[in-house]
Amino acid sequence: MKTIGYIIQKEFKQIFRNKGMLPIIFILPILQLVILSNAATYEVKNIKFAYVDYDRTSTSRALIEKFNASNFFKVLTDFPSQEKASAAMLSGEVDVVMEIPNHFERNLLKEKTADLSITINAIDGAAAGVESGYVNQIVHSFNQGVKMTILDTSKKVAQPVTIQAIPSFWYNTTLDYKTFMVPGILVLLVTMITLFLSGMNIVREKEIGTLEQINVTPIRKSQFIIGKLFPFWIIGMGLLTIGLILAKLIFNTPMLGSLLLLYTYTSIYILVILGMGLLISNFTDTQQQAMFIAWFFVVIFILMSGLFTPIESMPKWAQIVTEFNPIKYFVEIVRMVLLKGSGLGDILPQLLKTLLFAILMNVLAVWSYRKVN
Amino acid sequence: MGISLSNISKSYKKVKAVQDISFDVNPGELFGLIGPDGAGKTTIFRILTTLLIPDEGTATVAGFDVVKDYKVIRKAVGYMPGRFSLYQDLTVEENLTFFATIFGTTIEENYDLIEDIYVQIKPFKDRRAGKLSGGMKQKLALSCALIHKPKVLFLDEPTTGVDPVSRKEFWEMLKRLQKKGITILVSTPYMDEAALCDRIALIQSGEILEIDTPKAIVSQFPKTIYNVGADNMYKLIQSLQQYEHVYSVFPFGEFVHYTDKRDSFEMADLQSYLEKEGLTAIHIESTKANIEDAFMELAR
Repeated sequence: MKTIGYIIQKEFKQIFRNKGMLPIIFILPILQLVILSNAATYEVKNIKFAYVDYDRTSTSRALIEKFNASNFFKVLTDFPSQEKASAAMLSGEVDVVMEIPNHFERNLLKEKTADLSITINAIDGAAAGVESGYVNQIVHSFNQGVKMTILDTSKKVAQPVTIQAIPSFWYNTTLDYKTFMVPGILVLLVTMITLFLSGMNIVREKEIGTLEQINVTPIRKSQFIIGKLFPFWIIGMGLLTIGLILAKLIFNTPMLGSLLLLYTYTSIYILVILGMGLLISNFTDTQQQAMFIAWFFVVIFILMSGLFTPIESMPKWAQIVTEFNPIKYFVEIVRMVLLKGSGLGDILPQLLKTLLFAILMNVLAVWSYRKVN
Repeated sequence: MGISLSNISKSYKKVKAVQDISFDVNPGELFGLIGPDGAGKTTIFRILTTLLIPDEGTATVAGFDVVKDYKVIRKAVGYMPGRFSLYQDLTVEENLTFFATIFGTTIEENYDLIEDIYVQIKPFKDRRAGKLSGGMKQKLALSCALIHKPKVLFLDEPTTGVDPVSRKEFWEMLKRLQKKGITILVSTPYMDEAALCDRIALIQSGEILEIDTPKAIVSQFPKTIYNVGADNMYKLIQSLQQYEHVYSVFPFGEFVHYTDKRDSFEMADLQSYLEKEGLTAIHIESTKANIEDAFMELAR
């Protein structure tokens, strides 16, 4: 016990004396949380919108005014011809072009139907889909207005019955994406920092040769490993705390569930990450190698964690792969506990799986750690 | 309580690091492993300190088998690797306390053993180990290797990269430790340090050339050695190598060590040959063989 205690003490001394390491541990996560939470968004806003109005009537102007009034569209210019508009889209000046054909108003009045042409830059398929949705919404509401004002003044008989759905948004009533992202980014920073630090730590002792000296001492494998990794467990928990405080102060993220439950889960989760770090350092000889391997796993794990893209929309095989991704469970749980207020019963499956990973990882890591070549 | 190796072999993939090495170090002896870089000295150390398992052969340290009883050995030996391997970002005192703690002891408990050495670095006890000079680093490393009162001390090239004064001091410290009953195995590429050991093993390319006391090894040298000097060193060596009766030529400091094939060697013959070759300020005298000459002869 005394030995472990002293190794932990020594480890903390070294961490706090490493002037290059301190900012990595404490400042980078804060920046990450603040920047990513504000920047990583699915919302499509400020769509660069242009139109070609061949009709030039009060109806066509009313339609354009509808777009102008929308928050999502930034109406840039009107082009005299479709060719000019296409050229502008090619050069990236506009994303959506609406063409209002000649006789638009006349057709609407006489034949009760008219055509509109919408061209959308669909390089980013997801954004194009969203943009198309917005356009349809506006055109639809314009349609209703037209029915009321122009058509229905003459005959009020054939008023069609419409069904309106009013959705109620649970857990994130204002559909604020930050509420959704901040807890996820918290996972990112706890995972990245603890994995990198622990992965590089034992390799560092290998690199500077101190491990050779340690290996000749009667110190037990378990004492050394616990002593080396425990500080990073503390740092991981500290990072969660810093992250939660910032989430509350800056983003006013709702925290409905029990924080104790979140901490309990995190304490197990960090064991998985530390086990991974140790495993990486067992199979590498330099900090550089360890860093690259850690990056490789972190990138895959994060992209497949449901943090940025929903797991449900991944192909079947990828969904199966995510079952082995501990980050996925943490992302799920942090969102469940903070935003939905889930209790122990709700998160038990994920908790047990994480515990299983923790045991597996650490058994593998300790088993593969060798004092002798 | 000494060290014993019998028929130890170890290969790294296809490279044979040491082959069929056998020697014994008596208890309380200061034993030197002398050989050039890559001779296999560090491999022997790593096997004896239980860091490496030999492919063949057995070895014991302080009476314990290096494979089976590695746990006991780790408590009983002190090891100072060739590369400075203490924590550079911890202070002198923290390093010492750290090693004392993991050996389950304290600085105070064994202070008498390290006092001589530690006293010299004590004024800098709050300085980070990385900021110490080379000689002081060695002293700190030695203190850390001694803090648990080891029975056997392994020093892998402890004086490589250390200035001559510190080297001399270091060897004096080893002599004092030896008097306290510690068995010491030390390796060095410096032939002049070999003379300070009780016995030495000359080692090259993973094989032992000779084991004996430094005196005996020198006295076995079969030839008379001549110090030859001239104004142009490079030309002198070339000329000597082309001399018809040459046996060996090695540069040695400001002179060249020369041995002759013949039993009846006349200095005058060589003198006139060298003059004919156009060399001036020629100086020839017989000298005593040293360890380096013996090593060169054995390594031929």
